[in-house]
Amino acid sequence: MAFIPHTEAEVAAMLAAIGARGIEDLFDEIPPSLRVTSLAGVPEELNEMEIGRLMSERAAADGTPLSFIGAGAYEHHIPAAVWAVTTRGEFYSAYTPYQAEASQGTLQTIYEFQTMIARLTGMQVANASMYEGASATAEAALMAVRANRKSKSARILVPTTVHPHYRRVAVAMASNQGLKFEELPYCTAEGVILPASLARYGGEDVTALVLQQPNFFGRLEDVDALTDWAHLRGALVIAVVNPTSLALLKPPGEWGSRGADIAVGEGQPLGVPLSSGGPYLGFMTSRMEHVRQMPGRIVGRTLDAAGREGFTLTLQAREQHIRRAKATSNICTNQGLAVTAATIYLALMGPQGLARTAAAAHARTRELIAALTRLPGVRLAFSGAHFHEAVLLLDRPVAPVLKALATRGVLGGLDLAPYYPELGPALLVCATETKTAADVERYRATLSEALQAARAA
Amino acid sequence: MSNVPADLKYTKSHEWVRTLADGTVEIGITDHAQHALGDLVFVEVPEAGRTVKADEPCAVVESVKAASDVYAPLAGAITAGNPKLADAPETVNTDPYGEGWLMRMRPAAGALDSAELLSAADYQKVLAAEGG
Repeated sequence: MAFIPHTEAEVAAMLAAIGARGIEDLFDEIPPSLRVTSLAGVPEELNEMEIGRLMSERAAADGTPLSFIGAGAYEHHIPAAVWAVTTRGEFYSAYTPYQAEASQGTLQTIYEFQTMIARLTGMQVANASMYEGASATAEAALMAVRANRKSKSARILVPTTVHPHYRRVAVAMASNQGLKFEELPYCTAEGVILPASLARYGGEDVTALVLQQPNFFGRLEDVDALTDWAHLRGALVIAVVNPTSLALLKPPGEWGSRGADIAVGEGQPLGVPLSSGGPYLGFMTSRMEHVRQMPGRIVGRTLDAAGREGFTLTLQAREQHIRRAKATSNICTNQGLAVTAATIYLALMGPQGLARTAAAAHARTRELIAALTRLPGVRLAFSGAHFHEAVLLLDRPVAPVLKALATRGVLGGLDLAPYYPELGPALLVCATETKTAADVERYRATLSEALQAARAA
Repeated sequence: MSNVPADLKYTKSHEWVRTLADGTVEIGITDHAQHALGDLVFVEVPEAGRTVKADEPCAVVESVKAASDVYAPLAGAITAGNPKLADAPETVNTDPYGEGWLMRMRPAAGALDSAELLSAADYQKVLAAEGG
């Protein structure tokens, strides 16, 4: 199939038909004050050889540190087959293709992705993916307001145990659309939602409650009780989940007596490299009754005129090209390449492989916690169950300690001071299956040195 | 040729209005509108208790090829959305003036008189002008 853009003659004919002198006329509603006339600070162009050299030098500057940072992006082993298959020419596209039905293989891949994500989350329907976990959370809040027609408040309760970036993105994306995000405090002894903080919402109109599991601290929330609390008050439940953890933990579709209404998350752990922060993929699932309020694309399986199985984009009347300004979202594509990688990753790993990965990450994190908290001046912040992350409290500010570790080739975790100053010197650490017992010992020894050096100074 | 019952009132945006014995009105989309949309796959009706202004979008009809808003022909309070349409949206195609009604409402004071509703004959002219 040829994808040929318009010729100059066709462009001229179209402009003449609508009485425009040039393409520029189509943008004349943008006032001059908002137009960018020069690109100050943008360097001159480089040729391919020069840009290749620059990028090699930048990549080398990253080095190959031993990383114990999680906080939303997780280093997992990616089987070589994942990207060998994903980068085949037949798959190598960033988006859902135009004239999607002409690319049956791509649509089947997306359909398989949706099926696997729906099964992993225990939910009834999944879409073709979102941009990443943070914007998927914001879209889930917008969706909840559309879906919960009994609630008029557009009020979304967001515990502070939800990823701080996700909370910021949700406010940035949705507060101008009338959504009111209200933060719930957490228990500083246990690192989970403070149940007493819900009491004041008892008789009030709440549209949805967001629950992250495991939460930003790696702790497990009492999702069953919290889900039932929300449903009893007419609020929907938006689950924010780590896909790897779902191989071991109860899926959001089974939380409480009814299950979560919408479940979203970051799909990066499924075969997508850390890659300096992106591109990643978000996923979104829902109860079937809300499918028409779901943003994004959905691929369905159907029969063609000859009765053969085929795949097609479905429920498109929700989308921008049909519903225009009243579309459920301005998302009108998906993260095609990252979705392909995630689909192949899940297919290769299977339920058992994913469960082994999750169990190994959990075990390695327990070993890390045990090793590090044996050091003087290091203790665990929160008691109770963790998945593959934990908060440690140090006896001195975290930032200089992390800097000292980095000079020794160890990325020691995320300093929580900018996000949770009330915790004092707090450090979020993560160990996945990629870390060996020797790696854990190296971190312990390096941290021990760094702390001793700091005390001596 | 579309069916345009003589005893109903109409809007230019292809809704019909029937005044019921208790003073409330029943609202739906016309035979012409259901035919233009094609087979309906989903209908969203308003919740009882909602107050609407004239010309406010208050229901959605979605077919295999398009989704359209349905506008309130007059101001008032919704008394019911047709509960059958959630499971049987095709009722709007098969019986647009009967079982396929979308909503019932109690008109605001004077709203029925001030609403710019068309007679069946005038609505026929609108359809003729649209080439339908």
